[in-house]
Amino acid sequence: MNANNIFQLDGEDIPFRSGQTIMQAATHHGAYIPHLCWHPDFAAHGSCKLCTVKVNGRFGSSCTMEAQPGMNVENRTAELDDKRRTLLQMFFVEGNHFCPSCEKSGNCALQATAYELKMMSPHFDMFYPDRPVDASHPDILLDFNRCIMCSLCVTASREVDGKNVFAMGGRGILGRRIHINSESGLLADTDFAVTDRAASICPVGVILPKRKGFAVPIGERKYDLAPISEQAKETTP
Amino acid sequence: MSDTDMIDAVLDRHRRDGTRLMQILREVQEQLGWLSPATLTYIATAVGWPRAMVSGTASFYSFFHTRPRGRYCVLWSDNITDRMLGNADLMDAMCKKLWLEPGRVSEDGLVSVNTTSCTGMSDQGPAVLVNYRAITRMTQARLGEMVGLIRSETPVAEWPAEWFAVEDNIRRKDILLAHDLVPGQALSAALERGPEKTLGEIKDARLRGRGGAGFSTGLKWEACRNAEGRGAGAAHYVVCNADEGEPGTFKDRVLLTSYADLVFEGMSIAGLVVGASSGLLYLRGEYRYLLEPLESALATRREANLLGKNILGTDFEFDIEIHLGAGAYICGEESALIESLEGKPGRPRIRPPFPVTHGYLDQPTTVNNVETLAASCLIATHGSEWYAQHGTEKSTGTKILSVSGDCERPGIYEYPYGVSVHQVLEDCGATDSQAVQISGPSGICIAEDEFGRRIAFEDLPTAGAFMVFDETRDMFEVARNFAHFFAHESCGFCTPCRVGTTLVRNLMDKIARNHGSPYDIDELFKLHRLMQGASHCGLGNSACNPVFDTLNKFRPAYERRLQSLDYEPAFDLDAALSQARQMTGRDDAGAHLQNEAEA
Repeated sequence: MNANNIFQLDGEDIPFRSGQTIMQAATHHGAYIPHLCWHPDFAAHGSCKLCTVKVNGRFGSSCTMEAQPGMNVENRTAELDDKRRTLLQMFFVEGNHFCPSCEKSGNCALQATAYELKMMSPHFDMFYPDRPVDASHPDILLDFNRCIMCSLCVTASREVDGKNVFAMGGRGILGRRIHINSESGLLADTDFAVTDRAASICPVGVILPKRKGFAVPIGERKYDLAPISEQAKETTP
Repeated sequence: MSDTDMIDAVLDRHRRDGTRLMQILREVQEQLGWLSPATLTYIATAVGWPRAMVSGTASFYSFFHTRPRGRYCVLWSDNITDRMLGNADLMDAMCKKLWLEPGRVSEDGLVSVNTTSCTGMSDQGPAVLVNYRAITRMTQARLGEMVGLIRSETPVAEWPAEWFAVEDNIRRKDILLAHDLVPGQALSAALERGPEKTLGEIKDARLRGRGGAGFSTGLKWEACRNAEGRGAGAAHYVVCNADEGEPGTFKDRVLLTSYADLVFEGMSIAGLVVGASSGLLYLRGEYRYLLEPLESALATRREANLLGKNILGTDFEFDIEIHLGAGAYICGEESALIESLEGKPGRPRIRPPFPVTHGYLDQPTTVNNVETLAASCLIATHGSEWYAQHGTEKSTGTKILSVSGDCERPGIYEYPYGVSVHQVLEDCGATDSQAVQISGPSGICIAEDEFGRRIAFEDLPTAGAFMVFDETRDMFEVARNFAHFFAHESCGFCTPCRVGTTLVRNLMDKIARNHGSPYDIDELFKLHRLMQGASHCGLGNSACNPVFDTLNKFRPAYERRLQSLDYEPAFDLDAALSQARQMTGRDDAGAHLQNEAEA
């Protein structure tokens, strides 16, 4: 590692390897930059914009921006966390999120990040979109009400499973959604398997195994034990 | 010919190549009316793409139908200029005559009526697309006749030809529109000079992109030229961005109608400079009617040895292909345009890398505006010194403006850069103007005290739209129209733009219903600050510009709608009962609830 390869994240020195993004270097170092669509195993998607930081005074996505020596990166400032809170509220109002009844509660990156950023209410009027669930598959339930359009399932299915079970399609607030790789549009008519990497990649509660409910009690789950910001290094949402 | 034979013929014409999906889908839909699930499966199998990717693309574009559409699909252009010419009343009348609700296909599958984003006919609206054919200057009389033709199921091809007439409306010519070049003249000059020296001339002329951003064309070409192609398909590409989607812009329509040779010649010169043998022109779907004339212009150039191999007796090889878009404003963004050219949803890429190094099919690609490429012909012919005499120091040459709105002579005006807004208003016969929207909704709205400002990169940069609003117009409604436009056109990729554009639209609608308060104005400013900094591309970054400008310059238009000085909920108890009233057929006092504020 080049000794000059250091940037400042909220005043802390972060070393990096050439070619690493700000997010990669920070995470490797154990520093937390809020994010939802980024995953250490895959190339950056850059859609959630939660990881927006200020680099030398200008806004940028830390998951796509390459680290450069001497960069001054602002991360957990009041200004940026305020923007992030608004982005989180946007997620909560554009979908249908009912945390108390969700099997993912306590293991959900969206919920954990909202706690981390002290989001107290959805603030905006709810959109209440109509997003039918897909319970056709024998082992997996798809509840699109919770989808945050991160595309991690698309990438995992394509790059790890070699299957292309999912694709992002449609446009805008009404159209954009996950497309399933079958003429019926149903998961049962694809070669998706519960053992696929894509089956366990969802950071929220869209892709859930059937017949497995509350195996770990609420209160003892991943983000119940420690906030998401303290699990930066091991967190793979 | 059966449906499968027809689809096979289309697929074969496109070499069963998935990157040509946009063209395959369009051509199949033109034959079948819509893209059924079975059709998409068939196409996906043939091109060897996952079906979900094919349906993902088909569902991204407004002009592709994955559900049955009416045999007549009527789309009213809904730019603010169409609104000012009365399109809302006309569309309403049409729906009444046809017993239709907007956006719904009639029970018998005959017809649907809806709105669409600006179709590029702001100088001759109200405009419609019928089965994706452009019709201009709608009137009540035309409307009545059209409804009759739809009812009698007369094919659109047999409708009165004058309805489809699109006028150029060129009002002022300068060095570009008054050029006296013959086809091949600029290209010969470039070939004679050679690629390096031609590039030098473009740089010395200080030509800047006419799409609005104003990046140096010479630097772009140079970066593309210096980038290495990669892998087996190593090549360089020239892409002409004719996805003229900015509401109120129509200059590219005129250039492609009457100056196509100049545009194709500019593409060829770009090809020579960057070392490309292939050029692609991405034509917006709204200009579908230009496809055949452009194809025949290309054929003429091939016959004249201005395209193809050994052009004009040299070893330069270059050809051009036209790709049609399908109703997506976002494809005007160069990396989204490239995604679309590759058969995918028009989603802007993460940059860097930029298209000049990683563009079409991951190869070095220069994407240039129609007008920029046309202007390069003047430089190739007359040299940089001559060209740089026109315009200003930082903005050389001329700019074509698409003038529309409240003026006597809407149309095309070409000026040397540096012309004042005053001058343009005087020339187009605009009186009592209160505002001009420069460069469309993503541009800037200027008020009367700024009419002394100049059209130039150093003052008012523009892609060409120049929409005039006189003092009778409600600038709040102008901004609300634009807010709806952005909510419709957001690609949905990034959170701030996908959700933010809808939140802004909803807030504007709330204020329009007289339910707004100063709280909502603060919310608009907050969303503006978020979207401007955090969005993935220019669409989200500029989506709040019209709201921001009108809030700062025409505040009373908002304030007179604010009833309360405190927070006002968007939820209206009485309005929430309207469906129940409709279902029960009641409208008596007992079927109404008074809102708390009024109680």
